[in-house]
Amino acid sequence: MAAYKPLVVQACPKLGERITQDTLYWRGYKTPVQIKEFGAVNKIDFSPVPPYNYAVTASSRIHIYGRYSQEPIKTFSRFRDAAYCATYRDDGRLLAAGSEDGSICLFDVGGKAPLRQFEGHTKPVHLVGFLSDKYRIFSGGDDYSSNLWDIPSATEIISYSEHTDYVRCGCASKVNADVFITGSYDHTVKLFDARTKSSVMTIEHGHPVESVLLFPSGGLLVSAGGRYVKVWDVLKGGQLLVSLKNHHKTVTCLCLNSSGQRLLSGSLDRHVKIYSTTSYKVVHSFNYATSILSLALSPEDETLVVGMTNGVLNVKHRKPEEKNENSQKRRQPVYRTYVKGRTYMPKQEDFCVSKPVKRVLRKYDKLLRSFQSSKALDAVLEPPIMLHTPEVTVAVMQELHRRGTLRSALAGRDEKQVNLLLTFVARRVIEPRFTPVLVTVADMITDIYQPVVGQSAIVDKQFLKLQEAIGKEIDYQEELLEVLGMMDTLFATFTKKRDTCLEENKSNGLTEIIETNMNY
Amino acid sequence: RRCPRGLRLPRGARAPSAGVTMFAPCRYLLCASGDFVKVYSVSTEETLRLMGGHADLVTGIQLNPHNHMQLYSSSLDGTIKLWDFMDGIPIKTFTVGSKLLALYTLASAEDSVFVVIPKKGERDTFQLVSVKLTKGAGQDLEAKELSVVLDGVGASMKHVAFGREGAYVVSVKDVNLQVYFFKRKLLNRFSLSTMKTKGGDNHFSCVVCHPTEDCIATGHADGKIRLWRNFHHRKEYTYSTLHWHHDIVKDLAFSMEGTRLLSGGVESVLVQWHNESSCQKDFLPRLGSPIEYISMSSDGALCCTLHTDNRITIINSNLRFSRSIQGLIKSRDVKTGLVVDPRTKALVLNGEPGHLQFYSLQSDQQLFSLDIVQRQYIHQAGLKQSDLVKVAFSAQGTWLATVEESEEVTDPELQLKLWFYNEEMQSFNLNTRINTPHDNHITDMCFRDMDGLGDDSLILVTTGRDCVFKVWVMVEDTDPEAQQSVSWSCDFVGSYHNYQATNCCFSEDGSLLAVSFEETVTVWDSLTWDLKCTFCHPPGNIRNICFGRLTCSKYLIGVTDYGFLCCWNLLTCALEWSAHLNVVVLQPDPLSEHIAAVSWLSKESSLFVFKPNEPRPVYIQRNVCKEKILLAAFVPRDEPEMISSEKYLWLRKSQLFFLTDTQELMTLSTKSLEERLTPSSKQLAVEESLPVTPFSLLLGKHRRQQAQEDIDLGKPVVHNKQEQASPAVKELLHTPAHVLPSASFLCTIFINSLLISKENKSAEEVADEVEMESEKAEDDSDEEDVTTMEQEDTSHMELLGEMTCKLSKSQEKELRRIRKMDYSWISAF
Repeated sequence: MAAYKPLVVQACPKLGERITQDTLYWRGYKTPVQIKEFGAVNKIDFSPVPPYNYAVTASSRIHIYGRYSQEPIKTFSRFRDAAYCATYRDDGRLLAAGSEDGSICLFDVGGKAPLRQFEGHTKPVHLVGFLSDKYRIFSGGDDYSSNLWDIPSATEIISYSEHTDYVRCGCASKVNADVFITGSYDHTVKLFDARTKSSVMTIEHGHPVESVLLFPSGGLLVSAGGRYVKVWDVLKGGQLLVSLKNHHKTVTCLCLNSSGQRLLSGSLDRHVKIYSTTSYKVVHSFNYATSILSLALSPEDETLVVGMTNGVLNVKHRKPEEKNENSQKRRQPVYRTYVKGRTYMPKQEDFCVSKPVKRVLRKYDKLLRSFQSSKALDAVLEPPIMLHTPEVTVAVMQELHRRGTLRSALAGRDEKQVNLLLTFVARRVIEPRFTPVLVTVADMITDIYQPVVGQSAIVDKQFLKLQEAIGKEIDYQEELLEVLGMMDTLFATFTKKRDTCLEENKSNGLTEIIETNMNY
Repeated sequence: RRCPRGLRLPRGARAPSAGVTMFAPCRYLLCASGDFVKVYSVSTEETLRLMGGHADLVTGIQLNPHNHMQLYSSSLDGTIKLWDFMDGIPIKTFTVGSKLLALYTLASAEDSVFVVIPKKGERDTFQLVSVKLTKGAGQDLEAKELSVVLDGVGASMKHVAFGREGAYVVSVKDVNLQVYFFKRKLLNRFSLSTMKTKGGDNHFSCVVCHPTEDCIATGHADGKIRLWRNFHHRKEYTYSTLHWHHDIVKDLAFSMEGTRLLSGGVESVLVQWHNESSCQKDFLPRLGSPIEYISMSSDGALCCTLHTDNRITIINSNLRFSRSIQGLIKSRDVKTGLVVDPRTKALVLNGEPGHLQFYSLQSDQQLFSLDIVQRQYIHQAGLKQSDLVKVAFSAQGTWLATVEESEEVTDPELQLKLWFYNEEMQSFNLNTRINTPHDNHITDMCFRDMDGLGDDSLILVTTGRDCVFKVWVMVEDTDPEAQQSVSWSCDFVGSYHNYQATNCCFSEDGSLLAVSFEETVTVWDSLTWDLKCTFCHPPGNIRNICFGRLTCSKYLIGVTDYGFLCCWNLLTCALEWSAHLNVVVLQPDPLSEHIAAVSWLSKESSLFVFKPNEPRPVYIQRNVCKEKILLAAFVPRDEPEMISSEKYLWLRKSQLFFLTDTQELMTLSTKSLEERLTPSSKQLAVEESLPVTPFSLLLGKHRRQQAQEDIDLGKPVVHNKQEQASPAVKELLHTPAHVLPSASFLCTIFINSLLISKENKSAEEVADEVEMESEKAEDDSDEEDVTTMEQEDTSHMELLGEMTCKLSKSQEKELRRIRKMDYSWISAF
């Protein structure tokens, strides 16, 4: 004898993005804080030492913000024109920045006036950085040259003029104190060794390079330019590892998270995408209001700061994770009472009486088991079930239809219940997973309650709503079919193969068409 | 015998078709099953004995009221047999001469039984007659003393019942109830109105009598149960009504004291009514399938229900499910075909509604039943149930694909499910469920069988009436946190001129896929999914296709509606040969090149076995059976069988099974049924001859054989003759030395058993060698049986119990020999 089989509710996969560990992690930020700057934010840099202040370069100022402060705790404003690329040294005590007039200023974080000024570039300097030995600065300017400066003497050590366009980005190797990289609008990324007179390696990115990044190990290089983010193996002589095309506008900035497991890219298309550095798949993405120019992530991923073209600085702080600990504490004694007596091993003389395991059935299952159709339908029309798990309601309706008792379950309801039923049907009938069942239900309701139409204003209104919903859906489907037809024609002109392929395309949905075409 | 030589039914493959009787000590359950009567053990659910001897369906079994160790059985072949069912021995056979439709016994009626027979000269009219069982010597007796008790009774066993202590007999037919009182010789008739008012239907379906009171319970077609009292009076009779069933009441049974009444029907719910009142009732719901018969044991401790799907359920007196006995479950329609599970070698087909049954052929048992649809089945007529229609296994049996659809014609609710075998759980787990894989019915489905390559090469192809075939592949889930690592999704959709796809098949190496589209067979490359070539043999749609195997892998076999069997060469893309044959089943053997084709021509099925590289068949068996064969399957043998006959060489590696449209499972065997039955019956004989001593093991056989032949010389039972020599020698060797007879005596037996017997020894030769020992003689009889089997080939009508006169002659000789031998050495003690 078989036991009663509970109703199977067909769980549909959730549309949209899937919830993974990554989404949970990256969603763990509070609502962002918006700070208005004076101009487009071209650089954000976190101090590598606690308390992790960050320098924001916008217009002719450099603002230093504390972790939770919404007002700048310090401002460097001794620039005649726009400032660029304020960068911290590894110990967080010096700050270097380029400027529109071609000079490079070096500030002490505690002071106000520049400690040193490096003159040499004839055009604006968009790139400044410290080499990892802390005593040298590299820079790149719109005069196509990239220079190396000595901090103590404030003199130029060497100047490379190998790029044929503006040098706009670069970074220094953390492993070797002599190696730094610059990216330029001439579509190339060049690797320089301060001990040699010319560049060591040149990588063709294919688009004006907007940002470059070296992995902490120094072996992998990431370059962004155009719509592409490309990863290169430096140790293999600049071999392309992977090319990512996930943005639909120019990628402007790159950033690694503190563990080096995730790569972030910001773009003019208002998105920040997060990639896994093992699979190079997008694991999460953020949406912003305007085009993104710069982004930075604090150590331990505590704060995510994004700078926009309209001068807005968007700061997101991570939520504290204390709740879990609390709930675990509460659960422990409960678990102990739960297993109480279960671990008891019966002795030989003990007489065991087994207790039958009680199966817990849902209310609608109990009613379905005893063939009470109408009551089972009532049970799933209760607002909590109807609103949050409409698939349960639909599953019960389907089961009743299968049993042939749906009509009698739907009949004999008063105004309030019919109103409830019609609201549900009108709202859900257009959802593809519910359509087949709910069309039948709508049919039956119309049949059953046809004689009483006109007696209740509420029910009449619901009927009109239902009609409207269905009408809209039909129009929408017609439009979709038109689009599909158009696409079929387009694809038909692409294919040069036999007519069998054409037929395949016609009979398929959109996805298959794309797949088959990719195969060709 | 209805099936010709060579075709034998596996045991238990046929449904228990008639009533069940429970037994006083509650140890045995007797059941009429096809031409046999089966004895089951109630405690272990085992089949203890199979009693064969009737030539047609057994219609009724009743215990002998004067000796509860004996059993009467009646059959459509017009005989009543008296059995000793403890030993499985037929004691007497009474020939009545007309079809017997039901059998009843009464304690009060001395040596006569009641049977229902068709009335002479009138069609569809039956009468209840009492048959006087003459007490004569010998086994075969004529029972011609018939006296009519009631006229116009129902044909079913459930339409007649005898009242308390045999005082009266009740019979129902249509809307009429008649009661005949034996003492007063009074016949009372009552009839209900035939008018169907308010959905009511007064037709009687069954009748039972109260064991202690004058009360009759009748079941009706509309689900009502009526309890009749006071029926001694023609006018003042009364009845009360109990109503719970919504459909026909199939059977009723009173408990021994009469306080409880059990009823069952299509709902598959056993209802227990207390004290004949409608307010007090208990239910045992969800018994699996409609109840056909209910019977109570004589002490009231157990009751059992017989279901339509070939299953017996044993139920405790407190209405608790106890255990069930089931063989091959009969489903309404085997849509899945016969599939062999590569893992267990079990036959897989539709079982209970929505379930897949794994049926072990070796043990005649259901291994397990896999719930595919996972929905509560409502037993109600007219509902559109969803059921399993297609099943496919991957080569190693790790993946199982199933398709289920609802019965609606226009918009079937289709689901494709993929199951993965879980080694830990030892069962299949659902991996992927695909709703509406095709827009219309799925016609065929197959996996790409590749033993050599890994799981990556696994591909599933489905063909549908929506004019496409779809290729499904496994997709690895990149997310490491996901619950399962793989799932299935669609990879390619192919079509051909908008024709309906009907069949699909992969070549042995998996490189080619053949898909038939109505009249055309298309061949696709399974790597690039390019159309390679097409074949057709107009007119007529392709009914079935398959690739050749091993050395014949360059051939593609197709069968058309118009009765052509075509063989195409894939290398030349040309028709190699074709034959005009209306093939309904085409089944390749997975282990050899052979392909079996079953044709259906004017009421007979014929079997052809051929290799694709030669158009001449290897084996032809015309008229395999009268029924239409719907499905066939090759089941690989555990180890290749030694087959001496050239003709049956193709059966060496696998065995062929058929399923006919009457849902009988048959197989083609080179051995006779008796040979295969002996082990179990012998085992039983050992169990019951108490006390068991090595002597009794050694001698009991001879004794029994002799005793039996003393009873009737003309009709020895076949299997007694079959007791083989070699096990006897084995027993001899395993018996401790100190209990053995003298070595000088055993020496001859032993040496003789080791001798290689001569081939084709005629009966005359055997007669000359009278001095030879019995063991040798038994060897000979084995030989003889082989030759007689060959003779049966021409005369297909060999009965189990019947013996040709030649055999009985040899039996006499054997008997003489045994007699001589036995006494000679016993006297030595």
